[in-house]
Amino acid sequence: MIRLPLSPLLDQFLRIRLLRQLLGSVLDLLPVLTVILIFQILVIGQPIPDVGRLIKGMLLVVLGLTFFVQGLQLGLFPVGETLAHALARKGSVFWLMTFAFFLGFGTTIAEPALIAVANEGARIAAENQIIPASLEARNSYAWGLRISVALAVGCALVVGVIRILKGWPLPYLIIAGYAGVLLMTPFAPPEIVGIAYDSGGVTTSTITVPLVTALGVGLSSSIRGRNPLVDGFGLIAFASLMPMIFVMAYGLWI
Amino acid sequence: MTTELNTFAAAMAETLRHVAPVVGMILIFQLLVIRRPLPNPTRLMAGFFYVILGITLFLEGLEMALFPLGEWMAKQLTAPEFIGAQDPEGAGWDSYFWVYAFAAATGFATTMAEPALIAVAIKAAEISAGAINPWGLRLAVAGGAASGLAIGTFRIVTGGDLSWYILAGYLIVLIQTAFAPKMIVGLAYDSGGVTTSTVTVPIVTALGLGLASTIPGRNPLLDGFGLIAFTCLFPIIAVLAYAQVAQWWARRAPRDEHPD
Repeated sequence: MIRLPLSPLLDQFLRIRLLRQLLGSVLDLLPVLTVILIFQILVIGQPIPDVGRLIKGMLLVVLGLTFFVQGLQLGLFPVGETLAHALARKGSVFWLMTFAFFLGFGTTIAEPALIAVANEGARIAAENQIIPASLEARNSYAWGLRISVALAVGCALVVGVIRILKGWPLPYLIIAGYAGVLLMTPFAPPEIVGIAYDSGGVTTSTITVPLVTALGVGLSSSIRGRNPLVDGFGLIAFASLMPMIFVMAYGLWI
Repeated sequence: MTTELNTFAAAMAETLRHVAPVVGMILIFQLLVIRRPLPNPTRLMAGFFYVILGITLFLEGLEMALFPLGEWMAKQLTAPEFIGAQDPEGAGWDSYFWVYAFAAATGFATTMAEPALIAVAIKAAEISAGAINPWGLRLAVAGGAASGLAIGTFRIVTGGDLSWYILAGYLIVLIQTAFAPKMIVGLAYDSGGVTTSTVTVPIVTALGLGLASTIPGRNPLLDGFGLIAFTCLFPIIAVLAYAQVAQWWARRAPRDEHPD
């Protein structure tokens, strides 16, 4: 067993943070649980089957989310921050964009909701004989979906950063994105369209939104002549359009 | 117990494979571009251990609780005994009222409580110097998510073509964009993304797939997905509408106070 050589102070600090994060994860789950309970009791009027397993599963979800976010704050975010500062000192637009790409790619590929939805998409595809039913084929399909979405979010952030640097108007970008979706839809195989449209929303969950908003607002407040409200927002919208195009392209390609 | 531990270890190894590319990229960046050793390798290692542990636990719990919950709600709300139809084939779209109600309630409740939205709303109020009311914004987004999910489930029930719904929605957004105050546009577009958290996405996905597999004549492959797309699109419409109404209100309010 390796003991982590953390100083007691840091240890204390983490424990408080961990508790607060735990509370946050519970609050994440609470609203939807409340709605389900109200419907179960008032509308359906039947007991929930297998309550023990459900409670155990929800505890795992809460614990898992807590560790996930805590781990990101402990590991990925500080490294990302030092990387961003070091790159800013280099003053190179190329590295700034490379960083934006990897930020989008990295946070998306590890997004638990995306892993879950991609697996579910692979299961449905295998059940309908779109792909072979073997575990291997399902894993590679799910992996392909996730790579497409992560690449798309990475590219979207790069375009978003260029937009803020150059001051392109947001609606033009969004219209271009919509046009891409519109053009791809008739050509994409119909069974990929639903999951492609959904993948836009899946990418922008718990982790990506605060990170991307911080990037956009931070970048536009540090450039003269940019208004954070007009220029800082909008990156997330773009980051949820690109995955639709990329996943439909993936559907065409396989 | 040993077999349980073994499956958990295998699941962790699988997650490690999922996250490995991110670790690799950070290392490449740090060592080749910045050319400096990692600032705090033990902290980083601990962080990645937490991330892997977290994803593994989350996915495990998802299979046990979130997916079954969504599926179970879909099954119950569409059961022939529940909708009171002898012949489920003949049930019209209006027999599924409680499906839409459940979808709308879920969308509203989860969005109102979404921490990412609260943060964005506060930030927006700050930079707009109070012109954007955080509560108004949150209500608009939550109302949008609620109507989006209700219409999305209506589409699954009736079996409409997803792309037509979404493209029609985009068209509305484009028209609204032309008339909305410029400063709200970016924020409105972003509000679509903040409605879907890591917890709600699996429940909503399972709800859609469950509906598509229990309602006669629907196919999970073609009809099951798409609910998330609705929850992203409709808040944009709602926030743009909110901005337009707020602007109109602000323009007419002073005239009301001082009629001349």
